[in-house]
Amino acid sequence: MAEQKPEFWRWHEYTWRDEGKNWKDYEMITAGVDIGSVSSKAAVMVDGELYSYSLYRTGSSSPDSAHKAMQGCLEGTGMTIDDIKFIVGTGYGRVNVPFAHKTVTEIACHARGANSMNAGVRTILDMGGQDCKAILCDERGKVQQFLMNDKCAAGTGRGMEVVSDLLSVPIGDIGPLSLGVNREPPPVSSTCVVFAKTEAVGLLREGFDVAEVLAAYCAAMAHRVVTLIQRVGVQKEFAITGGISKNSGVVKRIEKELGVEAVEIAPDAQLAGAIGAANFAKDLLAKQMARAGG
Amino acid sequence: MLANYGYSDGSGTYYITLDTDKCNGCGDCVTACPQQMFLVEPDDYDDDKVVIKEAMRKDVKYLCAPCKPTAGPRELPCEATCAPGAIVHSW
Ligand code: SF4
Ligand code: SF4
Repeated sequence: MAEQKPEFWRWHEYTWRDEGKNWKDYEMITAGVDIGSVSSKAAVMVDGELYSYSLYRTGSSSPDSAHKAMQGCLEGTGMTIDDIKFIVGTGYGRVNVPFAHKTVTEIACHARGANSMNAGVRTILDMGGQDCKAILCDERGKVQQFLMNDKCAAGTGRGMEVVSDLLSVPIGDIGPLSLGVNREPPPVSSTCVVFAKTEAVGLLREGFDVAEVLAAYCAAMAHRVVTLIQRVGVQKEFAITGGISKNSGVVKRIEKELGVEAVEIAPDAQLAGAIGAANFAKDLLAKQMARAGG
Repeated sequence: MLANYGYSDGSGTYYITLDTDKCNGCGDCVTACPQQMFLVEPDDYDDDKVVIKEAMRKDVKYLCAPCKPTAGPRELPCEATCAPGAIVHSW
């Protein structure tokens, strides 16, 4: 049998739960489920505080991915999906969250999530699996302006996975490797970053090493999204959400080109959409309860 | 909210900006646009607001081209019909 090729693109899937909390002590149990093209995330909140969350790879079926992400948040807690009073679905696959009470756009959820994770955040750059958006929000996390590039999948996680696989570099190593170079190849084709295969191979053939090709790729990605974000303008604080926020090679280059540092948003910038959705769910539940009570 | 739909590519920057704070959901643009690019639907806060249809956002340059003379004054049906002035084109 042929030896299986290592999966360089594979990133870390995980779940987390606040062991210090007993969900039964809380009244408002809400959840957000964010189904992206590459990753699926869910977050459960109790009275507006984070209780558990999960991050998985999106499978071929969005509804299955939604169930898996949700299950990841519930496992070992004794909580069932029926204990959650309001669930908001978001993301690319948001219409495919079968158990959601409502769907909200990922633009609104990312802004709300990032702003709730760091109250100073006004500008959000969401770099997801297959698109990239620049969002401005107000002090409450409400969207003021957004812009995405609907044409080219610039600065996307999927592209990064392809590069990782092509060059046999584990995805988590791309950032550090790309920052360690002494020279960068000339910036790659600026109009389309889907150059991965041909252009990367071309650069290798020209004598650039793997780290340098990664540097060129990260630089091209960073430059593309900087032009996007400059159209809306940057207001502090600036945060990057989505999977690419974990790639220092792209993040550092964006910060350098913009002249603004991105703030840290804990616990995980990739969860911003799910956490924003759980926040929306909390507001919607409060509204529902007020209506029922009055 | 200013919602920018479109893209920039090698040939230029093509965005249609819809100001949802100005939009009253009247739907006049929906009928005025010869390409039927507009849609009025409930937004995240349950107010009826205008959007550009998702499948058309990748092609605004081509879809809008017939409305845009290369020389002389122009009046776009969408911009002209929207009384509150919620629609603006970047190119
Ligand atoms: S015509 Fe203007 S106000 Fe009416 S729905 Fe269209 S954008 Fe909104
Ligand atoms: S320019 Fe013409 S085709 Fe384009 S949105 Fe306006 S009315 Fe529709």
